[in-house]
Amino acid sequence: MSDIMESDLTEEQARADVRAWLKANWDPELSLLEWRNKLVESGWGAPHYPKEWHGRGLPVKFNTPIDDEFAKVGAITVARAGIRTLAAATILDHGTDFHKQKFLRRILTGEDTWCQLFSEPGSGSDMAGAVTRADKKGNKWVINGQKVWTTSAHKAHWGLLLARANWDAVKHKGLAYFVLDMKQPGVQVHPLRQMNGHASFNQVFFTDAEVEPEMMICDVGDGWTVATTTLMHERRGADGLRTWAQASNRKGRIYEEEKAEIATTMEPYKWYPQRAGRVDLVMKRAKETGKIADPVVRQEIAKLLIMSKSAEWTARRARAAQNQGKPQGPEGSLGKLASSHVARQAARVHTYITGADALLSGADSPMEGVIAEILVSVPATSIAGGTDEIQRNIISERVLKMPKEPSVDTTKPFKDVPRNITAKA
Amino acid sequence: MRFSFTPEQDEFRTSLRRALEARSPTKEVRRLMATEQGFDREGWKKLNQEMGLTAVHIPEAYGGAGFGCGELGIVLEEMGRSLLCAPFFSTAVLAATAILNAGTEEQKKALLPKIASGDVTATFAFSEDSGLNDAASVATTAIASGGSYKLDGTKSFVLDGHTADLIVVLARKPGSKGEEGLSFFTVDGTAAGLERRLLKTMDETRKLARLTFKGVEAKLLGAEGKAAAPFAKTLQQVIVCLANEMVGGAERLREDALAYVQMRMQFGRALASFQTMKHKAADMLVDVELAKSAAYYAAAALDESDPEVPMLASLAKASASEAYLQTAIHAVQMHGGIGFTWDNDTHLWFKRAKSSEILFGDANQHRETMMQNWGAGT
Ligand SMILES: Cc1cc2nc3c(=O)[nH]c(=O)nc-3n(C[C@H](O)[C@H](O)[C@H](O)COP(=O)(O)OP(=O)(O)OC[C@H]3O[C@@H](n4cnc5c(N)ncnc54)[C@H](O)[C@@H]3O)c2cc1C
Repeated sequence: MSDIMESDLTEEQARADVRAWLKANWDPELSLLEWRNKLVESGWGAPHYPKEWHGRGLPVKFNTPIDDEFAKVGAITVARAGIRTLAAATILDHGTDFHKQKFLRRILTGEDTWCQLFSEPGSGSDMAGAVTRADKKGNKWVINGQKVWTTSAHKAHWGLLLARANWDAVKHKGLAYFVLDMKQPGVQVHPLRQMNGHASFNQVFFTDAEVEPEMMICDVGDGWTVATTTLMHERRGADGLRTWAQASNRKGRIYEEEKAEIATTMEPYKWYPQRAGRVDLVMKRAKETGKIADPVVRQEIAKLLIMSKSAEWTARRARAAQNQGKPQGPEGSLGKLASSHVARQAARVHTYITGADALLSGADSPMEGVIAEILVSVPATSIAGGTDEIQRNIISERVLKMPKEPSVDTTKPFKDVPRNITAKA
Repeated sequence: MRFSFTPEQDEFRTSLRRALEARSPTKEVRRLMATEQGFDREGWKKLNQEMGLTAVHIPEAYGGAGFGCGELGIVLEEMGRSLLCAPFFSTAVLAATAILNAGTEEQKKALLPKIASGDVTATFAFSEDSGLNDAASVATTAIASGGSYKLDGTKSFVLDGHTADLIVVLARKPGSKGEEGLSFFTVDGTAAGLERRLLKTMDETRKLARLTFKGVEAKLLGAEGKAAAPFAKTLQQVIVCLANEMVGGAERLREDALAYVQMRMQFGRALASFQTMKHKAADMLVDVELAKSAAYYAAAALDESDPEVPMLASLAKASASEAYLQTAIHAVQMHGGIGFTWDNDTHLWFKRAKSSEILFGDANQHRETMMQNWGAGT
């Protein structure tokens, strides 16, 4: 976020300030919405946002200690999980005051849920090859086409949409980026069943769906740049430092409401901790099963722990460099690839630890199916948000400055580029 | 401090790198590794004194600069990068650390200033013919005689053991077993009854010697019979230092291989434009950066006397062992035929990767040690 304000506040002062504020305001008998509105008004919900947009203009490095103070008193945070944070980051970077006014508060309070309408049947890794059409008709943009793998589309109020508005421009220059109202007749959502049995992603069909002109972010032709911002935030969040809200057993109205939120709005994400491999369970499980005494398993566990610890430390190095205002070093681009390695090794280790029980699923599998869910969810990590191969392309080209592949698609008008045949293109 | 360096540390690294690039180009490495001594006494003394290298982590009270393992780690990383041929690891890391951990106040005052000033080179002899690094496998004996001791036995794989002016030796009371009865001693490199033989090594940049003690006069260092704990602590510090040296070498190999494929053309295009090279290069970057994080973190943990040091030290060494060797294997492969020649420099680091992988315990051993110490600090 470019408009972060410099601040002379020390970490200790920030901690003291938030502690005092929490002492005066935190009340588990408030409703979730009442509480989050207080957070938004005080700026303590997103302290790294600018002061005029529900934040306090504090450096990002204070988020961890501030979260820590929240956790100490059991206070609930603003809504953070899912695509909504990417939407907020993109809007803060590229949106107008109108967009910020309209969306940011309701993102933080959790009133609105979002989805990311990027991938299509014909273009996934090659995201800039989108063929969903945006045509200006009268005073509206009219959308036709299809998106796929859209996580949480069935829950979402708003979608971040990448669509082609100019077919004569070259591939990356003909795209526009919209905020699309998902709750309209022209949008149809069909859940897709995944290999782990869940159905958190969807097919989304647009038949003359409509978007108001002011809901475009930047201009026609800038869609790719804006989408890159969204992706950058997504990949940065995939560096293994991310945590997921877990329902608390504490007593109080607000905890009940949070539990309900996790079970409904956040339902599509309930298997996400498993897809990262659940490294946190490994030692406990190895001790319970006695596999901790097996020298081969010990070696594999150690490999996993080394990888996950050093991936975490690498992400922290990247963050520390960012906080010091140093130019981003290579360590900042590796998180997503490293987390795929961790997830794969974790699945391997859970299998060794679990033995024959790893053949089972659901209630018959250990931990009420959690172990089985890890084994069949980990493959998502190396695909979603950009595959491992694409991450390697990005690292080699952007960080290591190796040459790009010879390109056959980036210099001619997009309408002349060879592409997959899709039903609605 | 575990995740970033201060501007002063960055500056120190930059000037050291510049000095090492000037003093230790591979031409010089090749010249020195072919000599029996393995280094140039005068040249090393000059560089050492100019940059204050052996003084870095020795406290000011003993004539040092009083910095921590963070700074020592920087020195080692840069030396690993430049493959400097000098008895730095033996003197500053092995011997000085052992003396700091074991010596009495008086002994530290007597021994360390000369090491810090670069007037004395030193080493620490603990492994024997088995090559094991544990206290229990020490068989060399020390018998009290008058005010001093007489050492009998054999030490092997002793870093710079053939040239060190001062040798710290781990030996035991006759008849004692395991971790009991172990003491540190100091021996003069030219003492009577000490036979020193240079071993022929695969990695010629790291000289190892076999030392035979026949009634060699030695002075007790620290408390008699109480060496096991300071020895274990010394080894932990040593492997953290080695891990930092290793990641410096790994990064250099990675950069050189990348530069080569950027330049070399086949099929009408740079090798670096082929995706298999790009993906390998990206994987190498991940391996090296993760190993660096582990090495830096462990060095910072040493400075903070973190109770998890035993676990973190082994984690860092295991990580560096895998990453360095894997990087070296990729680096040779990316060079093709020329990578297999003596004239190309890649093999110098390949061999350093191999020797470092094994030195003071390989990845399997340290993964096991790490597991034994997991959660010990909490
Ligand atoms: C759980 C999950 C959730 C998702 N959620 C969303 C979402 O909310 N919104 C959204 O828009 N998308 C979402 N996606 C889609 C995801 O971003 C794409 O699946 C991904 O980018 C890959 O695209 P693709 O499926 O079309 O595969 P393809 O691009 O066809 O790739 C197939 C294979 O070819 C490889 N490949 C492709 N190009 C290259 C190349 N240039 N060089 C080398 N190899 C290459 C890939 O790495 C892969 O192995 C989600 C996916 C998953 C699994």
